[in-house]
Amino acid sequence: MSGKPRLTYINGRGRMESIRWLLAAAGVEFEEVFLQTREQLLKLGQDGSLLFQQVPMVEIDGMKLVQTRAILNYIAGKYNLYGKDLKERALIDMYVEGLADLYELIMMNVVQPADKKEEHLANALDKAANRYFPVFEKVLKDHGHDFLVGNKLSRADVSLLETILMVEEFKSDALAKFPLLQSFKARMSNIPNIKKFLQPGSPRKPPLQEKDIPSLLAIFS
Amino acid sequence: MAGKPKLHYTRGRGKMESIRWLLAAAGVEFEEEFIEKKEDLEKLRNDGSLLFQQVPMVEIDGMKMVQTRAILCYIAGKYNLYGKDLKERAWIDMYVEGTTDLMGMIMALPFQAADVKEKNIALITERATTRYFPVYEKALKDHGQDYLVGNKLSWADIHLLEAILMTEELKSDILSAFPLLQVSDHLISAWNVTHTFHCPALKAR
Repeated sequence: MSGKPRLTYINGRGRMESIRWLLAAAGVEFEEVFLQTREQLLKLGQDGSLLFQQVPMVEIDGMKLVQTRAILNYIAGKYNLYGKDLKERALIDMYVEGLADLYELIMMNVVQPADKKEEHLANALDKAANRYFPVFEKVLKDHGHDFLVGNKLSRADVSLLETILMVEEFKSDALAKFPLLQSFKARMSNIPNIKKFLQPGSPRKPPLQEKDIPSLLAIFS
Repeated sequence: MAGKPKLHYTRGRGKMESIRWLLAAAGVEFEEEFIEKKEDLEKLRNDGSLLFQQVPMVEIDGMKMVQTRAILCYIAGKYNLYGKDLKERAWIDMYVEGTTDLMGMIMALPFQAADVKEKNIALITERATTRYFPVYEKALKDHGQDYLVGNKLSWADIHLLEAILMTEELKSDILSAFPLLQVSDHLISAWNVTHTFHCPALKAR
């Protein structure tokens, strides 16, 4: 019964995008089912497909996995993108969780009230420039390797690239002070699986537009 | 340089509590250094001890670990509370993320205005009894074993116990419709009784 993993979510980035990135980086083709109405979501919840009645949900290896982190951990482990031992995993986890905080902060900008948006974005970009990017610049500087952990591609690198590109959508020169992150970004973007994902026509989703928010709220709230 | 893990946080539960629980369940004694004023946090930051300028931070096995989930995953892995293979880990991760969501809702309450708080307490009670606890009750019912995953104590069981106790503080009869969770509660509490001595935070409950 094993085929491609099947992703169930809305036709947008949200909490599924990092899963798409990781599968793509691992060279794994997948299918997608897009929810368009609240009824579809409720029906899935009722037929027992969603452990906590929520998406993302990924059908993989006979399981219906939910909870973004559980899904990401499984994919990373399965495709050897999670370090070689507990200590490497600890480093990867720290980096990934820090990046997730930044990602979430930026993701939340689009739902801020109009009068708070600018301040919120300024704060998020400030954090990117002063709290997060310096950490990764230093990591790359200290060991001089191409990848963050264990001199080998891991989910931490994929996560970092994804986050860099997202921040750059808001501030195109976000990496101006980080030369090693710039070369990291160039190198990573040239890895064949990732290069393919960055091309038009791939499963990568565009940023959320404000006009799409009402339909999202109709499905999820 | 191996010594006891040392936890850096404020004196309350917050994001460190799940870490205290897991270490206690693993039978690991630990030390705590409490952040009591802003200067304490600033000192840690200036020392370069906090990767992202934030706590929790746990000194363990020569590392200064930050990020709650990273710390929990490391402890679970180190002390064999994370299942025997990838698939068991996936189930543990799913269960833990569920209880994390539930506890996250409860932990946010003290910071909310009275009317918002009241609404959220009602929502938490509803979610606990219709979205979360039924899942764990069913898991225990379906396999008939004492623990959630792999017939062995894991991080998922510890986290569930913590979530149950936290929810009971909000509504003492929250488990009334969940007989198997009630049994689980007692089983693990009994197992844990020697470990709670090391953890004042648990004792004070």
